[in-house]
Amino acid sequence: MADQHAPLEQLKQDFLQQLGVSEEQVEISPFGEVTVSCMAGDILRVLRMLRDHPAFQFKQLIDLCGVDHLGRIPRFDVVYHLLSHRLNQRVRIIVSTEEGVSVPSVIEVFSCANWYERETHDLFGISFEGHPNLDRLLTDYEFEGHPLRKDFPLSGYIEPRYDEVQKQVVYEDVNLPQAYRHFDNLSPWEGMNREPIVLPGDEKATPPVELEEEPS
Amino acid sequence: MTPMSAPQTQAPEERCTTTINFGPQHPAAHGVLRLVLEMDGEVVTRADPHIGLLHRGTEKLIEHKTYMQAMPYFDRLDYVSPMCQEHTFALATEKLLGITAPLRAQYIRVLFSEITRILNHLLNITTYALDVGAMTPLLWGFEEREKLVEFYERVSGSRMHANYFCPGGVMKDLPPGLLEDISIFTENFPTVLDDLETLLTDNRIFKQRTVDIGVMRADEALDWGFSGPMLRASGVPWDLRKSQPYDVYDQMIFDVPVGKTGDGYARYLVRMAEMRESLKIIEQAIAQMPEGPHLADDPRIIPPKRTEMKTSMEAMINHFKLYTEGYHVPAGQIYTAVEAPKGEFGVYLISDGSNRPYRCKIRASSYPYMQAFDHLAKGHQLADVPSILGSLDVVFGEIDR
Repeated sequence: MADQHAPLEQLKQDFLQQLGVSEEQVEISPFGEVTVSCMAGDILRVLRMLRDHPAFQFKQLIDLCGVDHLGRIPRFDVVYHLLSHRLNQRVRIIVSTEEGVSVPSVIEVFSCANWYERETHDLFGISFEGHPNLDRLLTDYEFEGHPLRKDFPLSGYIEPRYDEVQKQVVYEDVNLPQAYRHFDNLSPWEGMNREPIVLPGDEKATPPVELEEEPS
Repeated sequence: MTPMSAPQTQAPEERCTTTINFGPQHPAAHGVLRLVLEMDGEVVTRADPHIGLLHRGTEKLIEHKTYMQAMPYFDRLDYVSPMCQEHTFALATEKLLGITAPLRAQYIRVLFSEITRILNHLLNITTYALDVGAMTPLLWGFEEREKLVEFYERVSGSRMHANYFCPGGVMKDLPPGLLEDISIFTENFPTVLDDLETLLTDNRIFKQRTVDIGVMRADEALDWGFSGPMLRASGVPWDLRKSQPYDVYDQMIFDVPVGKTGDGYARYLVRMAEMRESLKIIEQAIAQMPEGPHLADDPRIIPPKRTEMKTSMEAMINHFKLYTEGYHVPAGQIYTAVEAPKGEFGVYLISDGSNRPYRCKIRASSYPYMQAFDHLAKGHQLADVPSILGSLDVVFGEIDR
């Protein structure tokens, strides 16, 4: 894979020149993947340039998805994966966005963005400005919430069942006979070479520092 | 139909259209698809696919499982080509872990990826023929499919949901005699393909139902995110096995069939030719199959053998920890794609360094095909809708995820 990195450096230089992005916005991963971080306002221009510039010709939008980084600001990423048949190269473009801040829709550049953006809106609640129809795609017609957000519980909130008396499907709150239990099973499995070494239960041995400083 | 006596001044938007529901339970829908068709007489003016009826939240579930537990979900996406999807996830995890599968495992994976391709194309071609009125190919084809799923069963214990590939290799070594039986299959299968071709390729009815139906030009196919046989049928010579080879595909000699017309008939021809190429790869993989281990030698990731567990306490602990906590994958993100039978199947995996994937986006190969349905079906007659749908090779386990 090392010999592939020389053309990647060249591609990076081309990106810096043509896309108008800065050095720190383009990143080459150890796996030979190129990632470009981009402002939401620039995404249409960048995608058009990548698609139409004769040196790039990223003609296909392979994938578009959302990522929820709960606790980070801005919270969401919208990730575009493009493929250039000419260069035999993929590029990943990441646009960060916040709850309630919309990202321009890229349907006018790639037709296949339509459902991908609808799905991202459905599952993450990221809205796309200029999208013709942001109805729910994968979830149920009357579904509420955005299931792939990290703060959405795995079991959901409501569940449907067929009611024999009413002869129809009814929706009820989720009622699990046994509550969903999350075991992380984490332990010092990696050995004692991790920093800092904190074994489960160690925190009980050392009293919190704040308590001692309280009187002063 | 508008009667001939209708006033000529009638504006187009005042024309009466009928909306009909195709599905969700329809034998030609290849699963649960609700297709809302706006018809002007016999002609489709708008097709609105409603998907998601088989949505199981696979991506959400994977975020709550260890990497090992996540693997079986991939069998259940596109349930007619399970191993190719396991392959993607196994490759993605391997890259993040920085390990590679031993050579024998790579050959076994390529061998079974190609068996999967035949499995998938047999299902698609024969059900496609059934959709447009030919019943015999289904009966002949499924007999062969049954032989192939038996190969699945012999290596993994399961006919469909194999859970056979894993990061670092394949779960079990090939049982004795399997390669010989696959060789016998590859010798006999071309005759079956020839028989299928005599039924379909020059069949007047089949051609009437498929030629010039659902045409996708090359530039449109790129714009709509097509890949695999769908893109090749439109005349774009692009195959990930050739252009971005994974495992030992770079050792294999095979051709990439490319269509010219981009219609349903071209897709049929491409898939038919691909099965013959798959046979070539299977034969080469069997001939070159090396001896050696089928799993990487890395106790951090690979569970110990059963016999070791009976004698060694450490092996027992190792096994217990791997099957409860699982292994930790270094933080990073990666997009890996393989040439699945339906097209490019990709996994965008984000790891935060823990024992569970932080995000696992599955790029389903037939998702863009379904999306382009409106574009493909517009202006066609109602009877062409099942024909177009059959040529797309869609499976809703994968589209709805």
